[in-house]
Amino acid sequence: MEQHENGNGHIAPHGFTTTASRGARMPLFSPPAVNAVAVEERAASLAKRSIKKGAKVAGLKLAISMMDLTTLEGKDTAGKVRQMCRKAVTPMDSDPTLPSCAAVCVYPNFVTIAKAALEGSAVKVASVATAFPSGQSPLPVKLDDVRRAVEFGADEIDMVIDRGAMLSGDYAKVFDEIAATKEACGPAHLKVILETGELGSYDVVRKASDLAIAAGADFIKTSTGKIQPAATPPVTLVMLEAIRDHFYQTGVRIGMKPAGGVRTAKQALHYLVIVKETLGDAWLTPDLFRFGASALLNDVLMQLEKERTGNYQASEDFSKD
Amino acid sequence: MTDPDRTADRPSADLVKRETAVEKARQKTAALALEFGKAWEYAPAPETPDHIKLEERYQLFIGGKWMPPKSGKYFDTVSPSTEQTLAQVAEGNAEDVDRAVKAARHAYDKYWGKMRGAERAKYVFRIARALQEKARELAIVETMDGGKPIKESRDVDIPLASAHFFYNAGWADKLDYAFHGRKVRPLGVAGQVIPWNFPLLMAAWKIAPAIACGNTVVLKPAETTPLTALLLAQIIEEAELPPGVVNIVTGAGETGAALVAHPDVNKVAFTGSTDVGKKIQRALAGSGKRLTLELGGKAANIVFADAPLDQAVEGIVGGIYFNQGHVCCAGSRLLVEESVHDILVRKLKDRMATLRLGDPLDKNTDVGAINSRAQLERIKELVLSGEREGAERFSAPCELPGKGFWFPPTFFTNASQSCRIAREEIFGPVLTIMTFRTPDEAIEKANNTMYGLSAGIWTDKGSKIFHVATRLQAGVIWANTYNKFDPSSPFGGYKESGFGREGGRQGLAAYLEVQ
Repeated sequence: MEQHENGNGHIAPHGFTTTASRGARMPLFSPPAVNAVAVEERAASLAKRSIKKGAKVAGLKLAISMMDLTTLEGKDTAGKVRQMCRKAVTPMDSDPTLPSCAAVCVYPNFVTIAKAALEGSAVKVASVATAFPSGQSPLPVKLDDVRRAVEFGADEIDMVIDRGAMLSGDYAKVFDEIAATKEACGPAHLKVILETGELGSYDVVRKASDLAIAAGADFIKTSTGKIQPAATPPVTLVMLEAIRDHFYQTGVRIGMKPAGGVRTAKQALHYLVIVKETLGDAWLTPDLFRFGASALLNDVLMQLEKERTGNYQASEDFSKD
Repeated sequence: MTDPDRTADRPSADLVKRETAVEKARQKTAALALEFGKAWEYAPAPETPDHIKLEERYQLFIGGKWMPPKSGKYFDTVSPSTEQTLAQVAEGNAEDVDRAVKAARHAYDKYWGKMRGAERAKYVFRIARALQEKARELAIVETMDGGKPIKESRDVDIPLASAHFFYNAGWADKLDYAFHGRKVRPLGVAGQVIPWNFPLLMAAWKIAPAIACGNTVVLKPAETTPLTALLLAQIIEEAELPPGVVNIVTGAGETGAALVAHPDVNKVAFTGSTDVGKKIQRALAGSGKRLTLELGGKAANIVFADAPLDQAVEGIVGGIYFNQGHVCCAGSRLLVEESVHDILVRKLKDRMATLRLGDPLDKNTDVGAINSRAQLERIKELVLSGEREGAERFSAPCELPGKGFWFPPTFFTNASQSCRIAREEIFGPVLTIMTFRTPDEAIEKANNTMYGLSAGIWTDKGSKIFHVATRLQAGVIWANTYNKFDPSSPFGGYKESGFGREGGRQGLAAYLEVQ
């Protein structure tokens, strides 16, 4: 029997044969069940950690460095994207100790513009692709979408899985599409959006997480931001547990990105607590944890200013890019 | 086709090579550890005790008045996390107990036994509300006096204590409908002796149903944790209950013995050790007094291979490390299906690395102080016996504070049913892990104990829950959760874990003559 190994070091001894040319193998498919009540309880209990003073400032700065500043609208323009890029590099001029954001996240049409605007900075350009947000297009179209975004200069690709295939039990299709997308990414990092708000249960979220990881995801990501609910603490915890089990089996660290619905500094700290107490120190880095958000940054800045000056500033004091 | 490498007694070279590779990979990944270090440390977040005003010296609460003890003696109550004396507390003797029982009898005859249920309910509701209003103060004092994390006293002990008064207050005017057309009447004076693990909550479990049903009570709190019961006495005073309905007599074992032996007590309720429970039952034989006992436990928490393991780990941790394991229904024996033993232990170790032990007043503390030096010594002795008997010990990698009484969260693997750590109640943060192969074996091992208070079942299969639960000899069985309490749910044991139920409609029966 031929053994294949994909980018995540996943070896599946009894895998299905798949059409994926990169040689990823789909694992025999019975991922662990999730106890919904208990997972929600655990996520809620981690919200009770009291994060004050130095820990709060350090946590919020870490959160900024993990942000994928995002605009994904039909009305996006070059001007809007450039302004956002400026903010990602320098979140607030008055405080030079603040880190830059990790990346900006845009549609493929704006990758070139973002790339130019970010030149000389360490901020990465992430592009959604694969017929985002629904993914309801033929595979060649989706792969073409990916290849073009990478050609335009995207460092990271945020793909969507085929939720219809996932829910109808066609796991091989979901797996193959992810594996093919990974191949189309070339050097770009691949984040796989599960769109957990459409999956219906934690069991399916866990299943999709395991599938995405086995098929070659560098990151798994909760949501497109177009569907409610988007990221929630318990859904993130379930995905982190999939990442943990993969680490136990292979030693490979997969990244996590909750996206959509993370709007406040307090929520961001809650997510960081969940990561810290589920996966530990190694994941407390933008290389392995990201926030997909648009409104979060200004609330974080407001809280940091409050810690620095002792007073809350008006929301008008923060730039709205 | 004949494989040239394969003979009858020699596996093919390829197969050997492959198995070696798989074994190497397994060893490599088994050694991978998550790091729970100092990448992002939480700052201290202590609840401040500055506004707490404790008296230097507490008297006995008898007949609605604060009275000095006839013994003239007082004892110190110390904080187990700092070893500082918090207050002095009166030591009641047999004479004080007699005064208290007389006051209770007087209150029963004169007011409380005759009062309409709806009237009694008003007073009991008043206590429930006052507990809510003073929740923060009570939580801080509970944590200072007993050593438990503020997170637990704030989120569990105090809200539940209040909930028990609310729940029972609601029954006070409906008792005639509680037992299907049968008439009920109160028993008279109840003598109640409670332990140190949930001081205020146990007082609420005992007092709330007793007085809601029309009895009057004399309660003796544990000598290491008397403060919140005394604060409850202040609340009862402020709630203007008729004098003598609730009397609190502090003291040690002798005070309790005098209370249960008092001839004018109609009902004895005791929560504590099995040894003391047996003595009480002997002392009461033939006296006609009603008795309920809630004693020790050595609960089996059974994890089947099909259980959601990550959530089972949470249940295991909550089952044994909640309140430093000072819980009679603690899941102190973990029975795990052999096929998932290694991965479960690995997950448990990583989870334990995140437990924060230390200042119980810090809001981020998960594991507080051991309640007393005596209890710490007992835990140490039993842990030592586990090591001597050849079980393998693992303790969470946490630093213990210099002052106070501390023991790190610990578990033993490679333990067998015959070990002391698998048979005796440790009443500390120490888990004994054993394996099983089939459901029948799990049930047999779970029942192989003199206790029968509680058990846990972890499986994704509903049918297995019912199959196993009906065969377990335990008063409380949790499925896919652990240590869940509610005033409407009866709680109590089988075998040497005692008899009688507290909570729910069944809990009322313990304080009523059902005619």
